[in-house]
Amino acid sequence: MKETVVIIGGGIAAIEAARQLLSLGYSPLIVERSNSLGGHVAQWHRLFPDMTPAQDLVRQMISSISQAEICLGTEVASLNRLKDGYSVVLSNGRNVVCRAVLIATGFDLFDARKKEEYGYGIYNQVMTNRDLEQWFNTGNDPRVRNPKSIGFVHCVGSRDLKAGNSQCSKVCCVTAIKQAIEMKERFPAAQIYCFYMDLRLFGKKYEDFYINAQKDFDIHFIRGRVSQVDETIDGGVVVKAEDTLSGKPLKVSLDLLVLMSGMVCNAGSASIAGMIRADVDTDGFLRSKDNVYNIVESNRPGIFFAGACTGTKTVPETISEARSAALSIHNYLKG
Amino acid sequence: MIDFGFKKAKSSTVNLDEVDMRLYYAVAEIEPDIKRCMECGSCTAACTSGPFNGMSLRQVIHGLQRGTDVRPMISGCMLCGKCSMVCPRGINTRHLLLTISRIYSK
Ligand SMILES: Cc1cc2nc3c(=O)[nH]c(=O)nc-3n(C[C@H](O)[C@H](O)[C@H](O)COP(=O)(O)OP(=O)(O)OC[C@H]3O[C@@H](n4cnc5c(N)ncnc54)[C@H](O)[C@@H]3O)c2cc1C
Ligand code: SF4
Ligand code: SF4
Ligand code: SF4
Repeated sequence: MKETVVIIGGGIAAIEAARQLLSLGYSPLIVERSNSLGGHVAQWHRLFPDMTPAQDLVRQMISSISQAEICLGTEVASLNRLKDGYSVVLSNGRNVVCRAVLIATGFDLFDARKKEEYGYGIYNQVMTNRDLEQWFNTGNDPRVRNPKSIGFVHCVGSRDLKAGNSQCSKVCCVTAIKQAIEMKERFPAAQIYCFYMDLRLFGKKYEDFYINAQKDFDIHFIRGRVSQVDETIDGGVVVKAEDTLSGKPLKVSLDLLVLMSGMVCNAGSASIAGMIRADVDTDGFLRSKDNVYNIVESNRPGIFFAGACTGTKTVPETISEARSAALSIHNYLKG
Repeated sequence: MIDFGFKKAKSSTVNLDEVDMRLYYAVAEIEPDIKRCMECGSCTAACTSGPFNGMSLRQVIHGLQRGTDVRPMISGCMLCGKCSMVCPRGINTRHLLLTISRIYSK
C-alpha cells in the first residue's frame, strides 16, 4: 500500500506538493478547511508578472491531482506525536496515522478595518486589493461606478509596528501597480495615484511594470504614507499624505480608494504548530529549521512546510517550495 | 479692515484637485520620457550649477507635476548636459530642459 502523507491546507502550495508526492509514489491526503481548493489564488483575477489568468492556473493544478484524496470543509482537530510519526484526528472524526505531515496553511489577508483611519468598512468608497480582484472576476461591486479618480494605498497593515506587523508583504507594491494599470485600461479618463513609502519591486519584470505604469498608463506615484482618509459630502473620500519629495502636505479627493492589505500569518497555523510544539518565528509566521538553507523543514521530525505559512511568498516561490517540500518528505520517508 | 495684529498664513498643502498639470502634459507630449522619471535625484546630485544656485532637475520635474512655476529654477541651468549622463531611466534630460524652456517662452 502507498504511504499516506497528510497535507494541511488546500492552496496552491498543498496542491503542487500533492502532485509531486503522487508522482513519487505516495498517497497524499489534503485537509482543507474551506469548501474549495486553490486558497487565495483562486480569488485572484490575473497574476503578475505576465497577467496569467488565476482561475486557469488553479483549475489546471487541481486537475493534476485527481488521484489525491481531498477532505474539504475539514480541519485538524488534533495532531499528536507518536513514536514513529503522527496521529492526525480530523474534524470529521477520521483518524489518520502517518510518518510525515506537510503544513501548507498559507496566510491571512490583513484585516483593513484595523486601520480605522483609512475608513474600510466605514466609508462607502474604500475597498481592498482583494475586493478589487473580486470585482475583476465578477464585475459586481457597487463601489466601482465609473471612477474619475482612484487611489491605491500601499503598506496597509504591513511595515506597521502599531498594527503588529513589522514585515513587508512584498507582493503588494507590484499588485498595486498591476491593479492600477488594470483600472486605467477600464477607465482611461481616470487619474490614478499610488501612495507609497518605497516601491519594492524585487521580482522578475516587476520594475518593468512600474516603468510601464508611469510611461504608458500615466499613473502618478506619490511618495508618502497616507495618514488620514475622510468621507466627502458627495460620497467620495479625501486622502491626506505628505508629498515627501517636495516636503509639503498633500490632499486629493478620490472616487475610489483601494487599500493594499498585507499578508499576515494565519492564526490557525500557530494553533496547529502549538499541537506539536513547532516554533513560531519572530514575525509570527511558522519557523523553518533554517531561513537560508532549509525553509521547508521544521524543527520537528516529519513536519514540513510549504508556501506562505512561513512568510510572504509569490506564486512561483510557493510552487517551488511545494516541490522542494515533496522531495524533502520523500528523502525523509525513504530514510 | 481692522488690523488685529495677526494674519492668516497661507496653507502650504498641495491640493491635487486644483493642480494645473497642463504644462506637464504639454512637455510630456513632446518628451514622453519625462513620465519615466522616478525622482532618484541623480541628476540633481550631478548638476554643476545646483550647488551654487539651487538648480535641481528632479525638483523641476516634480514641480511640473504639482503645477508650480519652475521658471526661476530652470534659469539656473547652463545646459551642460551632465545630468543626462547619470539618469538611470535614460531620459535625455538636457533636451527635456530645452523643451520646457521652449514651451515657457511660447
Ligand atoms: C492581493 C494579493 C494578490 C496577489 N497576486 C499575486 C500574483 O498576481 N502573482 C503571484 O505570484 N502572487 C500573488 N499573490 C501571492 C499569492 O496569493 C500567494 O503566493 C499564495 O496564495 C500562497 O499560497 P499558499 O498555498 O501558501 O497559501 P493560501 O493561498 O493562503 O492557501 C492556504 C489554504 O489553506 C487553508 N487553510 C488555512 N488554515 C487551515 C487549517 N487550519 N486547516 C485546514 N486548511 C487551512 C486555507 O483555507 C487556504 O485554502 C498575491 C497576494 C495577495 C495578497
Ligand atoms: S510590497 Fe510594497 S506595499 Fe507591500 S508592504 Fe512591501 S513596501 Fe508596502
Ligand atoms: S544640464 Fe542643467 S540641470 Fe543638467 S547638469 Fe547641467 S546645469 Fe545641471
Ligand atoms: S536622474 Fe533621471 S530618473 Fe533620476 S530624478 Fe533625474 S530625471 Fe528623474
